Parts: sequence; C-alpha cells; structure tokens
Amino acid sequence: MAKTPLQFRHNGLEVAVFVDGGASLLSALRDEVGDHSPKFGCGQGGCGACTVLIDGEPVLSCITLAELVAGKSIATADGLKTGPELHPLQAAFMEHFAAQCGYCTPGMLMAAKALLDRNLSPSRVEVVEAISGNICRCTGYEPIINAILAAAARATERRA
Amino acid sequence: MPVAVRTFTKPAEAAAALSSDRSARFLGGGTLVMRALNEGDVSIGTIVRLDDRALTQIRASGARVTIGAGVTLAQILRERELAFLHAPARLIGGPAVRTMGTVGGNLFAPSPYGDLAVALLALDATVSVMTGYGARDIALEEFLAVRDRAAGSIVLSVSCDRPSNPEAFRFRKVARIKPKGVSVLSIAASLPAVGGRVSNPRIAYGAMAPIAIRAKAAERALEGRTLDESGVSAAVAAAVEGTSPATDAISSAWYRREVVGVHLRRLLLGRDA
Repeated sequence: MAKTPLQFRHNGLEVAVFVDGGASLLSALRDEVGDHSPKFGCGQGGCGACTVLIDGEPVLSCITLAELVAGKSIATADGLKTGPELHPLQAAFMEHFAAQCGYCTPGMLMAAKALLDRNLSPSRVEVVEAISGNICRCTGYEPIINAILAAAARATERRA
Repeated sequence: MPVAVRTFTKPAEAAAALSSDRSARFLGGGTLVMRALNEGDVSIGTIVRLDDRALTQIRASGARVTIGAGVTLAQILRERELAFLHAPARLIGGPAVRTMGTVGGNLFAPSPYGDLAVALLALDATVSVMTGYGARDIALEEFLAVRDRAAGSIVLSVSCDRPSNPEAFRFRKVARIKPKGVSVLSIAASLPAVGGRVSNPRIAYGAMAPIAIRAKAAERALEGRTLDESGVSAAVAAAVEGTSPATDAISSAWYRREVVGVHLRRLLLGRDA
C-alpha cells in the first residue's frame, strides 16, 4: 500500500515524512521523525506515556491517526529544553526526584505543560487531575505532583 | 498492517463507503479504533473519516440541546450550557483522552466504558444516524440495542432535553482508583418531580450489562414517591432486577450486583459516595 506524505510542525520546525495508512502519530514521531521522547506504553490510551501536545492540547499519540496532524503543531518533551537549559518543569522533576525509571516522565512533563500553559497557579487537586491519565509505577506520584507545583510556583515568582 | 484511510466531507458518502466495505470502520476520536489497530485487529482494512464541521457543533440555546457526534468530552466541559453533562464528562479518562474522545464514539464504547452514554440514556436522548439509505432519528435505547449490528451507519448528533433543574439529573461513577478509574458501575438518574414526588423517572446503569441499560423495575418502584429513606426503599430493593453484569479486571459480576443498590440509594438520597 502506498505511503501517505505528511507535513507538520515538530517542536517549532517543519517536518515532512511518509507514513503507512493507519499509522499512529507516535510511530510517525519515533520511526520517521526520530524523536524518541514520546514512549510506547500500552498502545490503548490508558497509560499516558505517549502524551504530546497538538496545538497546545494534550493527546495520546499512540491512538492519534498520524494523518490528522497535517499542518498542525506538535510539541514533545524533546522540545522542552532551550539549548543546554532545561525547561523549568524538567529542572523541578530533577530537584524533586520525580523520575525513577523515567518511562512515564516525557508524558508526565507534557501533561504538566498542558496544565501550566493554561493555569500558572494550579491547586494540588488540579495537578492531580492534569496527570490523572498518566500512570507512574515507580514514584507513587507525590514527587511528581510536588515537582509540578514547584515549577508553577517558580514561574509565578519570576513573573512577580 | 497498513490500512486504507478514506476521508469524506459528506455524511451520505461516508455512510455509503462504510456499508460497501465489510472491513471498514468509522474513525471518530480514535480512542477505540486506533486502539484496535494497535492491538492488531486484522478485521479492519479501511478507516473511514468524515471531515464535516457540523459534527463538532453544539446547539444548546433552547430547552433541547443537540451535540454533534464529533464534539469531544473536553468541548463539553468548556460549554456552560452543558453543565448537566460535566459530571460524566469529567469522570472519563484524563485530559488527553477527553481532548480526543467524542460524544458519538462514546455510544460505541464497550462495557465497562461509555459513561457518557449512560447519562444520555437517562436523559432519553435521541440519536441522529446516517445510513446508506439516508438520515433518521432513533431513541438512544433502541440504538444501543442494535449498534453492533448497525455497520454502515454513522452517528451525526445526539439530542436531549435539558434537565429542568440541577437536582433533577444526577450521575455517579463508582471506580476503585482515585481520582478516577474505569467504572465498577455508573448510574445516571433523571428525576423530574411534581409537587415533591418523582414523576416519570429514568434510571440508567453502565457496566451492569453488555450495553448501558435502564433500571426499569427501580423506575417503576420510584414513580410517585418522595426522595427520602422510605420513598426510595422499594426502588433500591429492585435495583438489581434486569441486570447482567460481567466479571472483568475491574470487578466481579457478584460485586457489581451487591453494590448497585447501595449506590442507587446514595444517589437518590443525594448523599456523598
């Protein structure tokens, strides 16, 4: 079966790839673009490890049809840093030991980014809700929640 | 295995493409069909899409609301006029699932999923369906009963009357994981009252049968009663009648039958879970 050409913005850069019919956005990102930050976890939309943002909205890339993102802007954890500078969320995850095996981390970061882009001073309940679709089997979630709250607090301080 | 992806702009063309190809599946938000593809479902050979703006529109200004099949759960949560559906919508998935999952797709979600359909069933919703022969409206209850045999039809929109007041429509999802998990069961109840007595109640269950069902025995037992301890007792006693829950990874059928009356009682009395 012929492949389908697909163009979209990936972390601010235009990319053009060919995908199989029915291919997921996750496979387009990992296999064609070469961005290995979104992870394949369950393949069912149940774990959140593949979370990326499409035009700022969080989606599960493993169950997103790749062709649907034509012309759209995709943000992944790979695009969070600026040169050698980590994103405040990444720095907070390090400081608060919010990653152990690290498999859920890219999805957690993007779910958290979707929240903080909209709400810079979230409550603990709002943070829990924002990552409620992301499963972590190592940390027990508390360090992740604390890291996201700390990143939000630091961003608010900087703006004040 | 690669599949063919066919995108249409007119519902009738998409319905014709679906009914002429046994391996074709309609793709809404992707949470069901893409999952099936990831799991290697070889029965899918073609994906049919409908790129029609009407599918993502919400008409909620009057007493009756119409929600396009392509409206996402996130869109429902942003729409103040649909506040009565916020409880079931918020309890489905995490933010990413809600960005993707659609109203139309939820009607096809296999048990124990499909909590929004449970709410819509209690609200006596009507489904507008496009088939190879044209568009028609059918009651959601009838639609759910035939949905697995209705290959070749596309849901265009869902309509229901707005509840007369917030107390007249209640929803509860019981899950083992906080803040949210897959349903042990869910209950929606439309409880119109005349002079303090319930009149024409509709109670719907999720995960208590292969599809969302109505608790008709409990509805009959509640008719004309008040929503207090003695008024709801007969309905609670009849809560399990007509159910056929499954044993799955979330719960045993025995447990579902044991607790459905407990949760129905709390819902009717307006008590916390």
